[in-house]
Amino acid sequence: MILFLVKGLLRDRTRSLFPVLVVTAGVMLTVVLYSYIKGSENDIIQASASLVSGHVDVVTRAYAREEDQVPNDLALLGLTDLMNELRQSWPDLIVTPRIRFAGLLDVPDAEGQTRAQGSAVGLAVDLQDPASPEHVVLNLADAMVSGRLPTASGEILLSEIFADRLGVTLGETVTLLSTTMHGSLATANFTIVGTLRFGVAAVDRGAILADVRDIQTALDMQDGASEVLGFFPDMVYRPDAAREIANAFNTRYGSRQDAFAPLMRTLRDHNGLAETLDLANAVGAAIVALFVIVMSIVLWNAGLMGSLRRFGEFGVRLAIGENKMHLYRSLLVEALVIGLIGSVLGTALGLLAATYLQVHGMDISGLLKNSSMMISNVLRARVTPTSWIIGFIPGILATFLGAAISGLGVFRRRTADLTKELQT
Amino acid sequence: MRFQPSLAMTVILLAAVMIVQTDTEAEDGTSWPSGDTILAEVDANAGSRNKLIEAAMVIHGRRGTRTVQSRSWIEGTQRSFTEFLAPARERGTKMLKLENQLWTYTPTTDRIIKISGHLLRQAVMGSDLSYEDLMEDPELSVLYWARTTGVDTLLGRPCWILDLAAQEQDIAYHTRRVWVDQERAVMLREERFAKSGKLLKTTEVREVYEVQGRWIANHVVFRDMLKEGDGTEFLLESIDFDVEIPPHIFSKAALRM
Repeated sequence: MILFLVKGLLRDRTRSLFPVLVVTAGVMLTVVLYSYIKGSENDIIQASASLVSGHVDVVTRAYAREEDQVPNDLALLGLTDLMNELRQSWPDLIVTPRIRFAGLLDVPDAEGQTRAQGSAVGLAVDLQDPASPEHVVLNLADAMVSGRLPTASGEILLSEIFADRLGVTLGETVTLLSTTMHGSLATANFTIVGTLRFGVAAVDRGAILADVRDIQTALDMQDGASEVLGFFPDMVYRPDAAREIANAFNTRYGSRQDAFAPLMRTLRDHNGLAETLDLANAVGAAIVALFVIVMSIVLWNAGLMGSLRRFGEFGVRLAIGENKMHLYRSLLVEALVIGLIGSVLGTALGLLAATYLQVHGMDISGLLKNSSMMISNVLRARVTPTSWIIGFIPGILATFLGAAISGLGVFRRRTADLTKELQT
Repeated sequence: MRFQPSLAMTVILLAAVMIVQTDTEAEDGTSWPSGDTILAEVDANAGSRNKLIEAAMVIHGRRGTRTVQSRSWIEGTQRSFTEFLAPARERGTKMLKLENQLWTYTPTTDRIIKISGHLLRQAVMGSDLSYEDLMEDPELSVLYWARTTGVDTLLGRPCWILDLAAQEQDIAYHTRRVWVDQERAVMLREERFAKSGKLLKTTEVREVYEVQGRWIANHVVFRDMLKEGDGTEFLLESIDFDVEIPPHIFSKAALRM
C-alpha cells in the first residue's frame, strides 16, 4: 500500500514537489537556526567560563554581593590553603587564582612625564608557571598577536586595540595606577612584552593581562586573589556536576557566617548568565514551534489545493467503494512520506549550511563595539546530535497536520452526489 | 590634615567680615554672631604663615586597621609637601600640592604622577579622606556662606552650629554643617553634604590642645559615609608654626629627593 502511494507521489509531481520543497526549506532553516543558537550559547559559555566565571568559582560572600565594583578589598585571603583544599577535595577540578582590577595605564615620555593615559581593565592570571591551565583556558597561543608571553616578573600583555590606542610598542615601560586592596593608590611599572586579541570586544577595548604574583604585589594583596576559578579537565561545562561540587563546598563552609567566608558558584550563577542560557533554549524551542505552525498552514493550504485538483480522483475512489477513513489514512501516509523526504533533504542541506557556519562563523564585531557582554566577536554554529533530528519534528509534524486538516474535506463528500459531480 | 591661611590674608578677611556681617537673632531673642564672622574666626585660628606637622592616620577598614605616618610642610593655603614615613610599603611616597595641582611620587616606580580627574576622588592611603579633600581650599570662609543656626555642647564646650552653603556650584560638598567652639574658634564636628542633601562625610574632633596660642584638634575621626569601616583617626603628633621651610621643598624636584 505504502509503495503504491509512494509511486503515486513520484509519478504525480504536482502533488509531491511543492510540499517537499516547502518542507525542505522549512527544515533547513530550522536546522541552521537551531545549530546557530546552540553555537551562540556555546560561545557565551566558553567566553564566560574562560574570562569570567570558570565552570565554578570561589569568592568571598562579600565580594559576590558587590562583584560589579571589582571590590578587591573583599578579596580572598589565605589563597594557598584554599587552593590546596580544593585540589585535595576535588582532584579532578583544575583550579587557578585570578585577580580582576581596574585602573589607569600611564605611558611616560623620555622625561617621565605622562605621554598617554588610558582606562584599563586588568586580569591577573598565573602566566609564569608552565603547568598553569591558563594557557589552555585563555587559548593564549592563538590570542597572541605580537611579542611573547611574560616569563619574568614585571612583564605584561596588552590587548592589541589598547596598545594601538596608547601608541605603545613592545619593550616600553608603562605605569599602572590602581587601588590596593586597602584602598591606597597603587602604582607599579610594567614592561609590555606582547599584545593579544581575545576576540571579545568587551575585553579587547582596554585589557591588561599580567601575572598574578605581580598584581598581588602591586595591589598589596599577598596570598590573596579576587577569585579562584575551577574547570573540568575536558573544559566542557557540565551544569549538574558543577552544581554538585558547589553544593558540597558551600555545605562545608556554611557554618561560617562572616562576610569573608568563601562561596562557590557555578557558571550559571553569574550575573544574568542563567537567564541568557535559558533564553537561548527558549528561543530555540520557539523557532521550532513557529516553523511547525507556519509550515502547517502552508501545507494545509497546499493540501486544500491538492484536494481541489484531486476532487475527481477522490470521488471515483469513493464511488468504487473505498472507505472514507481509508482514503483519509492514505492521505496521511502520503503526507508522512512527503514530510520524511522533505525532512531528510532539509536536514542534509541545513547541516551543510550549519557546518559552514561552524567552521567560518559570522563576524558580529560591528554590533559589539560598546558591548559589555562576554560574547565572541565571531559567532559560530554548533552541529550537535540534536541538529540531526530537530528538523524532523516540524518537517513531519507540519505535513501531517496540514494533511490531517485539509483531508477532513473527504468526510464532507456525499456519495449521493458523486455521479452528478463526475458528470460535470 | 588642615591647611592654614596666611596671617595677612586672615586679617584682611576678618576685617571684611566684621564690616559686612551683622549678628543673627535667636528665637529666644538673644543675639548670635553671624555665621560668616564665626567662620572667619575659625580660619584665623587655624591659619599661619607656614607649619610643619607630623601625624598618624589610623585607618579602620573592613578587614583591619592600618597606621600611616606622615610629615607635612605647609606654606599658606596653596603649597604643601607631604612625605609618608610608615608603613614600609608607603615609606618614601610623597605628595606635592601647588595651588590647584597635586602630584604624587612613589619610589618603586620612580614616577611623578599628576593626580587629576577621577583619581582625585580616590582615598588617600585608603583612608576616609580623598585627594579632592586635600585639594580643597582650607579657608571655608572663602568657599561658603555661613549662617548661625543654633547652639550645642560638644566635649563639654558650648558650640555654635553653622550651616554653610557653597558660594560656587563647582565644589565637592554643596553644604556643610559645622559645630564651632564658641570660645576657642575651633571646629569640633562637621557634616558634609552632597547637592542632593545626602550626607557624604563626617568629622568628629575627640581632643583639642593649645599650641602657641592657637587651639588645634589633635585627635580627629573622619568618616566617609559611603564606605564601610569605622573611619580614619587623625592623630597629630607634633605641629610647629612659622618654621623656616627651604623653598626647594615645594618643587617637583623635591619629590625625588
